[in-house]
Amino acid sequence: MQSTSGQPALEVRGLRKAYQDVVAVDGLDLEVFRGECFGLLGPNGAGKTTTIEICEGLNTPDAGDVTVLGRRWGKDDRELRERLGISLQETQFSEKLTVEETVRLFRSFYRAGASPQAVIDMVQLGEKAHSRVGSLSGGQKQRLALACALVGDPELLFLDEPTTGLDPQSRRQLWGLIEGFKSAGRSILLTTHYMEEAERLCDRVAIVDHGRMIALGTPRELISALRAEHVLEFALADNAAVDEAPLLSIEGVCAAARQNGTYRLQVEELHRAMPALLGELRRQGAQLAELRTHSATLEDVFVSLTGRHLRDE
Amino acid sequence: MSETGGWAEHPLVQLTRVRYREFFREPEAVFWVFIFPVLLAAGLGIAFRNRAPERTVVAVVANDSTARGLAEALRRTQGLDVSLSSESAAAEALRTGEVSLVLVRARNGGVEYRYDDTRPESRVARLVVDDALQRSAGRRDPVALRERLVHERGSRYIDFLVPGLLGMNLMGSGIWGVGFAIVDARKKRLLKRLIATPMSRPQYLASFVLSRLTLLVIEVGLLLGFGALVFGVPLRGSLLVLVAICVLSSLAFTSLGLLVSSRVQTMEGASGLMNLIMLPMWIFSGVFFAASRFPESLQPFIQALPLTAVVDALRANIIRGAGWHAVAPEMAIILAWLAASFVLAVRMFRWR
Repeated sequence: MQSTSGQPALEVRGLRKAYQDVVAVDGLDLEVFRGECFGLLGPNGAGKTTTIEICEGLNTPDAGDVTVLGRRWGKDDRELRERLGISLQETQFSEKLTVEETVRLFRSFYRAGASPQAVIDMVQLGEKAHSRVGSLSGGQKQRLALACALVGDPELLFLDEPTTGLDPQSRRQLWGLIEGFKSAGRSILLTTHYMEEAERLCDRVAIVDHGRMIALGTPRELISALRAEHVLEFALADNAAVDEAPLLSIEGVCAAARQNGTYRLQVEELHRAMPALLGELRRQGAQLAELRTHSATLEDVFVSLTGRHLRDE
Repeated sequence: MSETGGWAEHPLVQLTRVRYREFFREPEAVFWVFIFPVLLAAGLGIAFRNRAPERTVVAVVANDSTARGLAEALRRTQGLDVSLSSESAAAEALRTGEVSLVLVRARNGGVEYRYDDTRPESRVARLVVDDALQRSAGRRDPVALRERLVHERGSRYIDFLVPGLLGMNLMGSGIWGVGFAIVDARKKRLLKRLIATPMSRPQYLASFVLSRLTLLVIEVGLLLGFGALVFGVPLRGSLLVLVAICVLSSLAFTSLGLLVSSRVQTMEGASGLMNLIMLPMWIFSGVFFAASRFPESLQPFIQALPLTAVVDALRANIIRGAGWHAVAPEMAIILAWLAASFVLAVRMFRWR
């Protein structure tokens, strides 16, 4: 066996995939290092699932080059399948089987791996081991999906939207499990449209939109590239408008934009900018209807890059 | 952990056990595969059981003083029920099928028979009544007769029906059992999840075949055992030939099930396609009545259907005790269906 420790876990070059009339992935380059958790962050329809399924060998690209653990799909499939753990978006396991029976079935496909019971305990489903899959909650089903992905003791884990549709508590529980896998030195590629998820789990994040990568870096790097630690949003009574030019000249305000009647300012020093803003609004005779502020997040990075939100709610 | 390592953890064993679990944990499936055919056999067996010879009912029109004497003369004949009634009442009874034949005394002293010659029981009544009348009038038969009654097992409707139901059941459980399970797994994206593991795809398909073959033992045993114990249906052929027919048939229908489900994405689509394939066989293949009742021009098509071959082979073995040689043509047809649908299914199969 050749030494593979120096190579990245996953390398993608010039990936392209089009369906009848839509270009899903439009020239994507990615690199996931060993031991890293890499996140593909983007809105629905950005091409995340197509990308991850091509990396999983479940879909074929129109063009581009994919190297997984130093190997290629079409040549070393069986070998690769032994070394990958995969959780697809929305897999429904057979409802009539129990948790233990399901994990045991998946374990039987792999040459090596943990015992079913150990994996069930790892994902904290021990009490549910003999319950039917049909009786599990959404969060428990996602943890079962994770157990089936982990049962072959994979080197690289693919997680497609692992927490979509879960309540906050189940989501946090799943994050804890994924962090545990990461701390064991394994590599992860995950897709998500939750910025909190990417910020908490990912060492590096690629923001994708319309099949292209529009930003790449650690969550901290991406946020600090905004050159503003805070975001200040306000709206005026009766949807009134103000002159935007004087707002930009306020000390500490880096950018200003108006969307659906709400003004968004990226602000460096909130304690200086806020009084000045209130003074300026009073001078223009504007009546405040709403005012709020938060620390900048990956969501703000996405908004500042595309002018749109990650989730259209 | 229950068992660890060993053959029990082989993927083919695990996959096959999953098939059993999914089947036995679905009470409806168990009912349709095991219980329904037995109920059907019981119902039809009772409805069409052989009864004591039916009595022949005729009416004599009371239009004449000699009518009463005529009726009395006929009543002396065994198996004949004779009533005297007015002409209009007799016509009404004939029309509704209450009587099979009406006798009217004619002016010349003879008798007129009124009956429908397309009704078998009317034709019988005509022969019986005529015989009785002529004999009582003094006819002597030139040929001496002796009668010996024979009631043979194997010639009754239930004997005809049980092999037919068995064939129909092999078809239904093969096509439905496999088809629905695969389309369901595809719809739930479970197929896609499975091929993301190192699972061997032929082993996945083989697990359906294996589980079918073992469930077959219960399925065949239950129906034939019921037929033999309750209705005394004979098992005249060699058991080995019977097992071979059942196994080959089940394999053929399982392959047909794989073919039907190879691309369908929805349960509705699968259900429609399966019924489309099975409907002609339910009608033409001679499950409930002989396929030879259909016109000659349809016979090449009917004989080529897999269920026709299966039912014919089963009947030949069970009722007539036919051996390998006699069922060879049917076996060849079943084998051809097995090979063609399996090859096509493997080629067309979509895992997503």
